[in-house]
Amino acid sequence: MPATVEIAWLVVLLPLLGFAANGWLSFFRPNAKTAVSAIGVGVLLASFGVAIAVVTGLSGAAHDAPFIVELWSWMPVGDLQLDIAFQVDQLSALMLLVVTGVGSLIHIFSVGYMKTDEGYARYFAYLNLFVFFMLVLVLGSSFPVLFIGWEGVGLCSYLLIGFWYTDNANADAGKKAFIMNRIGDFGLMVAMFMIYRSTGSLDFGAVFDAAPTAFTVGGATVTLITLFLFLGCVGKSAQIPLYTWLPDAMAGPTPVSALIHAATMVTAGVYLVARSNVLFAMAPVSSAVVAGVGALTALFAATIALKQWDIKKVLAYSTVSQLGYMFMGVGLGAYASGVFHLMTHAFFKALLFLGSGSVIHAMHHAHHATHSKDDAQDMRNMGGLRGFMPWTAALMWIATLAIAGIPPLSGFFSKDGILAAAFARGHDAPIFMAMWVAGSAAALLTAFYMTRMMLYTFHGTNRTGVQERKHLHEAPWSMTGPLAVLAVLAIGGGLLNLPHIFPGAGWLEHWLEPVTAGSAAYWEAIHLEVGTEWALLGAATAVALAGIIAAVVLLKPAQLPRASEATEERGWQRVLRDKYYIDELYDALIVRPLVWLSRRVLWRSVDDGAIDGALVNGSAKLTKFLGWAGTQFQTGRVGTYILFFVVGALILIRAVMSQP
Amino acid sequence: MANALFWVFSAVSVVSAFLCVTRRDPVASALWLVLSMFSLAAIYVLLDAHFIAAVQIMVYAGAVMVLFLFVIMLLNLGASTSTDMVGWPGRVIAGGLGVLLVIELWAVRQLLPAGDLVLPAGEVARQTQQQGAVNFVAEPLFRDYLIPFEITGILLLAATAGAIVLAKRKL
Amino acid sequence: MLAPSLGVSAILFSIGVAGVLLRRNVIIIFMCVELMLNAVNLTFIALAQQLGPEGQVVVFFVMAVAAAEVAVGLAIIIAIYRHKESVDLRDFNLLKG
Repeated sequence: MPATVEIAWLVVLLPLLGFAANGWLSFFRPNAKTAVSAIGVGVLLASFGVAIAVVTGLSGAAHDAPFIVELWSWMPVGDLQLDIAFQVDQLSALMLLVVTGVGSLIHIFSVGYMKTDEGYARYFAYLNLFVFFMLVLVLGSSFPVLFIGWEGVGLCSYLLIGFWYTDNANADAGKKAFIMNRIGDFGLMVAMFMIYRSTGSLDFGAVFDAAPTAFTVGGATVTLITLFLFLGCVGKSAQIPLYTWLPDAMAGPTPVSALIHAATMVTAGVYLVARSNVLFAMAPVSSAVVAGVGALTALFAATIALKQWDIKKVLAYSTVSQLGYMFMGVGLGAYASGVFHLMTHAFFKALLFLGSGSVIHAMHHAHHATHSKDDAQDMRNMGGLRGFMPWTAALMWIATLAIAGIPPLSGFFSKDGILAAAFARGHDAPIFMAMWVAGSAAALLTAFYMTRMMLYTFHGTNRTGVQERKHLHEAPWSMTGPLAVLAVLAIGGGLLNLPHIFPGAGWLEHWLEPVTAGSAAYWEAIHLEVGTEWALLGAATAVALAGIIAAVVLLKPAQLPRASEATEERGWQRVLRDKYYIDELYDALIVRPLVWLSRRVLWRSVDDGAIDGALVNGSAKLTKFLGWAGTQFQTGRVGTYILFFVVGALILIRAVMSQP
Repeated sequence: MANALFWVFSAVSVVSAFLCVTRRDPVASALWLVLSMFSLAAIYVLLDAHFIAAVQIMVYAGAVMVLFLFVIMLLNLGASTSTDMVGWPGRVIAGGLGVLLVIELWAVRQLLPAGDLVLPAGEVARQTQQQGAVNFVAEPLFRDYLIPFEITGILLLAATAGAIVLAKRKL
Repeated sequence: MLAPSLGVSAILFSIGVAGVLLRRNVIIIFMCVELMLNAVNLTFIALAQQLGPEGQVVVFFVMAVAAAEVAVGLAIIIAIYRHKESVDLRDFNLLKG
């Protein structure tokens, strides 16, 4: 193992140290913001540096088998040996760079964004901890280690969503995220149990090597395992039906939304499917389910985003939609395309979120200065910000074009990979063609609502208010700098995996081959004619342009009222704005019955009545009673004692008589 | 003849005992007990225990019961207006336990000694006739059981001293 | 005459036990105890007719001890009467904790 690969644990350790240091500071020196910044950002940059070294070592290595960096033996239990070990291979290397790279940029951005916040040290501590857990997740060499990271990022998500916990709504959002994640985690755990049962191991290498013999293709076991794994992904990556936590998660600070709910944590589900590609390839039913849910989610979430007024909510639903694309990709066997989209999405979505963060930062500043009570995140209070924040506007336009799929930006190529796979498979089964149609429709809507967002925010006349306007200004360079870096990546990222008609194509696919090779045997290769490929590229471009132009033509930013003066929507617009009332449905069907069950049954009857009353108090009462019964013998009255004599004598005589 | 007498004296003894237990006046109880003891002495005679019969009358009926009567009169326990028996629940329990006890004791009979220990019938009567009633008891008493005899003497001494000390008004 | 004697003895003993349980006057209870002792004496005498003089020796000792016991017991009752002015068993409750 190359020396630079051996130090992979250092990548993981650095953020943990950052968490420890910032955690200590948050208790004892909460105002030492410079120290916190230095530590928080420093460990991330250092981690990124080591990550580069690790990946360099990996790519220069003689053989390309995964490198297992063993740390220590965790749980030797009977036949099962669970170790804390990291697996450095092409897939985890890619994730490593994304997490530490984009993570570093977001940390730098946070310095400026959270500058005036009281919980500055606590924020960076949690953020560092999150990066630590995410790295454990992507580097884990076995399902349990992955699960440690999985749970850990869920925890950090909860901590960071409810960062401003003094407001109940924020705390509730954090709880919602955590609880919905838990539902998915149950699926992941059941899958792990079944995997162990079938293959006798939980290490990735052992499991995937044993898979061809341990499972029958399309059999019940592997289908169930993969479906349960997917359940975990549905929870973590916010797919239907467990997606409602992600829009609520926007209650957290915007850099958190960028890091956790766009670039990294929510992508863990896609990573898991890509990692387990052998299993999913052996279960075509499950893969179809994955792709189908992904396609449906992509379209569904896009429709909701059409009518959201909060800028972060638009981006949240956009994230849910784009995650649907990723699952569509991996569900169709195009694992590299799915991961490619994961990567490009990290770039432009982080850029979008951070940019919106700059906007919100400026709006907050303006409202704070004039003591206005308007919502700083409502697009109806924005407008014409291009004049005040030119850099932010320009950079966000780059991201918008990328996500809409305008060539030659990265989003165009990553989306194409997925849609091409859908189209190709669509010749074998119409259901996949339907997914292609859904994906293309979602692309149209994506272009539309993203353009809508940009028009309402940056163009037209400013609706913020005359007094507030004076305080609107561009973000400082500490915040705009990372945006620029991300923009460069969003532009050039497409080169990593060009379609096959171009020279230098499929670099990422080739890079990931050692990881995806195991599944190749079970999928038909995706093969498209050159002409079809060009046609698809053309169609995608047309769709994207159509969406943008439609938005420019149909929407009239000039006629948009301020949030406080807005009228209620009617009809289908209202349904979209109210998210199809899914939250209300869940509340009535699931939340309320559970709360009722917990309060009345489990609390009153079981806990108070049975456990407290019967067991705890009951045993005390029984002991008291036995004691009281005993005292009844000690009356101090001679008459009673005589009675006991006589009775005892009678018993003794009887006993003596029965001796043989 | 002996049988008939035995049954007569048995009956008297049992009835007197019963009356002793149930009278309200302590003096009456004591006197009934005396009668019961007398009948028992008669039964002893019928069982060839002449010496013991005499001792029974002298010691039990003559000394112990007299002592009882002395104390009753000393404490001025005349006939009280209400009986000192327990209430009906107590009477049921006492009666029940009594009956139970009789049954159990009667059942214990089956533990009687084996044949080779039993003397031939009429042996005791013959020996008493031969040695005299007192000799019959005195011989084993002073020969085999001398030490218990001496100790009993000391016991009586201790009892005497104890009774005097306990009953004194001022030490 | 062994069996009838034993039977009479059993009955007398039971009457004594019943008396102890029935009465509250301590002196009468004491008398019932004496009755019990007498019943036991009868048993011993009846068995002595079958087994030899030892039975009568035991009765001799029992009588001696019974006499001693009565003396001391009555002295105690007198002593208690001086304090409590009562011979009711219910008043003898100094053992009550």
